[in-house]
Amino acid sequence: MIRIFAVIFTVLGSAAWAESLKLAVTTSFHNSGLSDILLPAIKEDTDIDVQLLVVGTGQALRLGEAGDVDAILVHSRAAEEAFVAAGYGTRRREIMYNDFVMIGPADDPARIGEAGTAADALALIAQAQATFVSRGDDSGTHKKELSLWDASGATRGGDWYRPVGAGMGAALNTAAGMDAYILADRASWLNFGNKAGLDLLFAGDPALFNQYAYIPVNPGRHAHVKADLAIALEDWLTSDRAKELIDNYMINGETLFTFNATNPS
Amino acid sequence: MGEIWEGLSAGFWLVVTLDADLVEITLRSLQVTLSAVVIASVIGLPFGAFLAIRRFRHRRATIAVLNALMGLPPVVVGLVVYLLLSRSGPFGVLGLLFTPTAMIIAQVIIITPLIASIAHQAIRDIWAEYHDLLISLSTSKRQRIKTLLWDGRRALITASLAGFGRGIGEVGAIMIVGGNIDNATRVLTTAIALETGKGDFALALGLGFVLIALAIAVNLAIHTIGRTESEGKW
Amino acid sequence: MVTSILPLRVSDAVVKRRKKRLLGPVSLDVTAEGFTIIMGPNGSGKTTLLRVLHGLERLSSGQVSWTVPLADAQIRQAFVFQMPIMMRRSVRDNLAYPLLVHGQGKTAAYQAAEIWADRVGLADALDTPAPQLSGGEKQKLALARALIREPEIVFLDEPCANLDGRATREIEAILKDAQAAGTRILMSTHDVGQAKRLADDVVFLMHGSIIEHTPAKAFFTGPKTPQATALLQGDIVE
Repeated sequence: MIRIFAVIFTVLGSAAWAESLKLAVTTSFHNSGLSDILLPAIKEDTDIDVQLLVVGTGQALRLGEAGDVDAILVHSRAAEEAFVAAGYGTRRREIMYNDFVMIGPADDPARIGEAGTAADALALIAQAQATFVSRGDDSGTHKKELSLWDASGATRGGDWYRPVGAGMGAALNTAAGMDAYILADRASWLNFGNKAGLDLLFAGDPALFNQYAYIPVNPGRHAHVKADLAIALEDWLTSDRAKELIDNYMINGETLFTFNATNPS
Repeated sequence: MGEIWEGLSAGFWLVVTLDADLVEITLRSLQVTLSAVVIASVIGLPFGAFLAIRRFRHRRATIAVLNALMGLPPVVVGLVVYLLLSRSGPFGVLGLLFTPTAMIIAQVIIITPLIASIAHQAIRDIWAEYHDLLISLSTSKRQRIKTLLWDGRRALITASLAGFGRGIGEVGAIMIVGGNIDNATRVLTTAIALETGKGDFALALGLGFVLIALAIAVNLAIHTIGRTESEGKW
Repeated sequence: MVTSILPLRVSDAVVKRRKKRLLGPVSLDVTAEGFTIIMGPNGSGKTTLLRVLHGLERLSSGQVSWTVPLADAQIRQAFVFQMPIMMRRSVRDNLAYPLLVHGQGKTAAYQAAEIWADRVGLADALDTPAPQLSGGEKQKLALARALIREPEIVFLDEPCANLDGRATREIEAILKDAQAAGTRILMSTHDVGQAKRLADDVVFLMHGSIIEHTPAKAFFTGPKTPQATALLQGDIVE
C-alpha cells in the first residue's frame, strides 16, 4: 500500500509546477516550430512555464469557455470576437500574422498556379473536380477554407472533396497520400516532413493572411485562472523582444510570421 | 521499407544517446501506466476473485457487463473523464485536467475491467479445480480466497501485464485528458501521434520501437522476478 | 481422550439432482473400527454416498449425524478423490497445507510434511510442483495429505482406479498402516481383488440403494444377492 501511495504522490508532485500557465494554441502555430523559440525566451524573461495545449481553434475556444486553460492563441477573428463578446475572454489582442498557402500535386492538373485570387484557385479545383482535402475539424484553417469557398461561388461536395476531420499534419499526410490539393498554413507546410509529390502552388493573396490573436480567459468567470500570469504573458508577447524573435524566425530562409501587435481592440 | 529502416535507426540513436526528451517521456509513460496498473490491479484482482467465488443476484449480468467493458473505446473514456475533470465539470475544482493524474484516472478506467475479467476467468478455473478439496479441508472463506489468489498468482500477473499492455500503448484517452503538453503530460504514444502529425515518420517510428522495446522489457522483467521469487516452491 | 466422532449414523438419506434420484433412501451405521469397502457398478451411487458421508453433498431428505457437532466432526475426517486434486504448489506445500490452515506452526507443519513424504515414498520429490507428478505419485500425495492431520476417518473414492499394480500395492500398504494406527477407513472400488485384500465389511450398492451390507468373509463366500454373486464371478453387472 505504501508503495502505491508513493507512486501516486510522485505523480501528483510532478504535476505541480511553480509558475505554469496553460495556453491553448492551434496546431498550425505549434507545427510552425515558433513555439520552440518563444517558450524558452518566455521562461527566461518572465519565469513562466507555458504549457501548450495543441488543439484546433474550435477546441481551443471550448477550453477557454470551460476555464480549462488560462489563455488562448488562435486565428479565427469572427469566433474570437464572439468569444470575447460572450464574456469568456477579457480582450482580444492581435499579435502577428502569417499566411495560408495552397498545396497540390506538383504537376498541378487544375492549373491553380495561374489563378488570380485564392477564390479563383478553388473555383478551378472545383471545375476540374481535382481531389481536395479539407481539414473539416472546425479549426481556424478550416474556417478560412470555408470562407474562401464561399467567396469562390463554386459548389463543393462529391467524391473529390474530402473532409478528414484531422489536424494540419494529419491532413497534409492524407493529401500527400492521395496526391490532393489542400489549404495549409505556410509554417506547417515548410516544417512538414512528408511532402511526397506535393508542392506549393499558390500564395500571396491578401485574403490568405492569417491573423493570430491572444485572449486571456476572463477571471470574472473562472476565478481559478492565473490572470496575472496571463497578463504578464500578454505583455511579453507584445514586447520588442517578442517582435524581434517573431520577425526573425525563418524556415529554409523564409520568414514565416510578421509581428503586428497593436493596442487592445 | 526505407522509412521503417530510418525509423529503426532513429529509434536506435535516440536510445544509445539517451536523448533527454526521450528519457523523460519514457519515464512518464512508465509512471502513468504503472501507477494505473497498480491501482487497477488493487481493484480488479480481488473483484475478479470475488466474482469467481461468490454467488449473488445479477452475478451473470455483472460478468457480462465486465466483459463488455473490456472493449471500452479509450476515446470515449477520455472524453467522459475530460468532461468530469473540466473546470466546468463536476470535479473541476480539483484542477486535475491536463495532469498525469488525469491520465492515470483514465487508464485505470480503461484497464480495470480487463484485469478483473482475466482474473475472474483464472480464479474461476482454479476454484473449479480446488473446490472439493478446500471444502473437504474445512477451510474458511478467507483462507480459500487467499489460497486461490496465491496459487493463481501467475495468471493474475498475466492479467496485470495485459492491463499494462493496453495502458502503455493507449493514446486516445490520454491525449484528451492529458493534452500532450511538452514537459508535463507528453508520453510515448502522444509523442508518436504528434510526430506523425508533423510528417516526421522516422522519429515517430523510432519512438514506436522504443515503446515496443519498453513493453517487452517490462514483461520480461516481471516474468523473471516471478520465476526467481517462486523457484523451488513451484 | 477426546470423544470419538464415531459412530456415524445415516438415516434415510436421499440425494436428488434435477428431479433425478442419485442416491437413497440409504441408512447406514459406520462403527468406530474397521475397513469398509463400497462396491457396485458405475452410477450405482458409490461416489455420491461417500460425498454424503463427508458432507460434500446436499441431502434432499434424511440425516447424517455424528456424535459431535458437525463442524467438530468435519475437521476430524478426510477425503481422497478419484482424480487427485493437486494444488499448484510443491509437494512439500501440498502436504503442509492442511496443517497450516488449521493453525499448526510452520516449522511443525513442514516437519510433518517431510515425515509423510518419506512415508509415502515422495521424499525425493518434496520440491517438485505437485501437478508434475505421475498419476501414482499424485494419488500417494493426496493420500498423505489426507492422513497428515491424523483424521479419525478417511473416505477414499476409487483411489487406485487409474493406477498400475505397483502403485496400487503401495497405496494399499499405506492404508493398512493407517488402519493399524486406528484410522477408520471407507473406500469404494471396482476391483474385487482389492476388496478381498482390504475389506472388513462390504457395502454393495445398486441403483442408489444399499442392497447388501455384510462382513467381508460372508460377502465373498456367500453373497446374498444375485448381483453380488455375478460381480464376484467376474460377470458384467449393470
